[in-house]
Amino acid sequence: MFEMLVKRALQSVLVIFVMSILAFVGINLVGNPIHLLVAPDASLEEIQRASHALGLDLPMYQQYLRFVANAFHGDMGNSFVFNRPAIGLIFERMPATFELALMALLLSAMIGIPFGMWSGLRPGSRVHKFAMGFSILGVTIPVFWLGLILILVFSVNLGWLPSGGRGPTTSLLGIDVSFLSWEGIKFMLLPAFTLALHNVALVMRMTEAGTREVAVQEYVKFARAKGVGSARLMFRHIAPNVMIPIVTVMGIEFGHLIAFSLITETIFAWPGMGKLIIDSVLQLDRPVVVAYLMVVLLLYVMINFAVDMLYLILDPRLRTKSA
Amino acid sequence: MKMMMNDIDTPALSAAAAHQEIPLAPPETPMHLLLRRYFKSRIGTFAAVLLVVLVIAAIAAPLIAPQDPYDLATVSIMEAEHAPGTSSSDNKITYLLGTDGAGRDMLSAILYGLRISLGIGVTSALVALVIGTCIGLISAYFGGKVDALLMRIVDVQLSVPTILVALVLLAVLGQGVDKTLMALVLVQWAIFARNVRGSALVERSKEYIEAAVGQGLPARRIMFRHVLPNCMAPLIVTTTNQMANAITLEATMSFLGIGLPQTKPSLGLLISNGFDYMLSNQYWISVFPGIALVLLVVSVSLVGDQLRIVLNPKLDA
Repeated sequence: MFEMLVKRALQSVLVIFVMSILAFVGINLVGNPIHLLVAPDASLEEIQRASHALGLDLPMYQQYLRFVANAFHGDMGNSFVFNRPAIGLIFERMPATFELALMALLLSAMIGIPFGMWSGLRPGSRVHKFAMGFSILGVTIPVFWLGLILILVFSVNLGWLPSGGRGPTTSLLGIDVSFLSWEGIKFMLLPAFTLALHNVALVMRMTEAGTREVAVQEYVKFARAKGVGSARLMFRHIAPNVMIPIVTVMGIEFGHLIAFSLITETIFAWPGMGKLIIDSVLQLDRPVVVAYLMVVLLLYVMINFAVDMLYLILDPRLRTKSA
Repeated sequence: MKMMMNDIDTPALSAAAAHQEIPLAPPETPMHLLLRRYFKSRIGTFAAVLLVVLVIAAIAAPLIAPQDPYDLATVSIMEAEHAPGTSSSDNKITYLLGTDGAGRDMLSAILYGLRISLGIGVTSALVALVIGTCIGLISAYFGGKVDALLMRIVDVQLSVPTILVALVLLAVLGQGVDKTLMALVLVQWAIFARNVRGSALVERSKEYIEAAVGQGLPARRIMFRHVLPNCMAPLIVTTTNQMANAITLEATMSFLGIGLPQTKPSLGLLISNGFDYMLSNQYWISVFPGIALVLLVVSVSLVGDQLRIVLNPKLDA
């Protein structure tokens, strides 16, 4: 188990290392950033002085080391557009993205698990057919198009829900959140569902497969023979065994949701870090792009690592396999 | 492959087939059997027919489109934002799916967009297939340090969400057809490499490979002529699924404005262009290209699903 832990940790570090090099090369090799920083009519001497002041005349590897050292201090450079630390811009928008991703996760559990369990217990029923059709569509429909259709139906035609923006927020422990007021939730419903769709389909399929597998096992038959009521059978006997892989998958999917929220945020003008990054890419605001990539990747890798470890703890069978 | 196919041919099936056929008909070829098994499924048949129709429409776009949507001589701004079904002012064509903000016939724009989306999706998946297959085969064949190194690269690649890889690349290189293709290949090759390596490792340990090595055949010949043909089944399925993924990813990137340039209007770009009009309920500019995109992606993935079932006899319970 220890060996596996170390192996996974090393791999996580490797991913971040490789991406940091890519990100660094991205900002520094493609066009010398000094031309973006000095006035267009600067003399050669001024450019050289500025290069020296910013350390841009040092050899590449030294510049990279400086970049890493600064990154460890939370300094990822200033945004060209906002002229403020890039990392600060990211952190400001992080709660909005997190809230949206959590809401999407919640939705996928609330829709995916009941439908999945029901269709797993009653294969061939109408619910089962609906759930399977839904999961095929949910995986193949392009997310951004679904967002557009939802806006068209619920905002433009029915006028029930707002088409974009975040709406009013309430302060909770110093963080602005939307879910505490009905007005706020209304702004969150469409983007959260759009973001969740893939996940809903995934959770539904996994729950269905898991339930089908568990429901025919001896201990379930025995419990039924003993006279356990169907509700108790479902929640106390079947559900716990179905849930282990689903909980871990949902953990991993949280990282995915954060990365993929940039699509949803752009469509619904949700003021999170995903929207920021698309704007920054279009405005060639490289420090923000790099800071975003490093932050999201770090989160993603850490979540994956944590989930792997959790899996090892939850499933004793895996511990012996590592040898 | 042939052996495998004969194994799953149940007596009942061949009896039924023999009964229907004229005596002395040649025995069924594996290809025939495959096709028959494929078209047994109604969904599979439907998806295949739909896909063929879409591909033909895409290829024949310049011939069947009512107008050339990118020929400035035929497109008039006076015709902008017509609802579906209205006729042009000179009564020459009926805009079955309406017109967009620049007065282009949507049906024609969609047919041309289909061409671009399909072209980019298929090309990127095929390039990734070639690169990934070579790397997977080399990894499996040589093993040891080569394998370890290549597979670490694959692990790193696969542990980054595809959308982020595409984003970095396009942020660094800028927009363009070539850059979008590069990004799509980059996010796909590792999947092929891991897939091929997996199947090739299984084949590698079999006796016919040992025999080929013993004969002193060159490594390249063994890899491509002996190992690769036996890895084809899963590879075909992966390729189909990757085409669907590539089409979706390209559409997504183009929609976000970080994919194809406006001069190459794929379905994703058409949808993006119609987004602003949708809020004033001119739904057709965004919705119809979206439906075309969904039909394309769904038909490709359903064909992939059905191929997976047909090519893997164990799944056909």
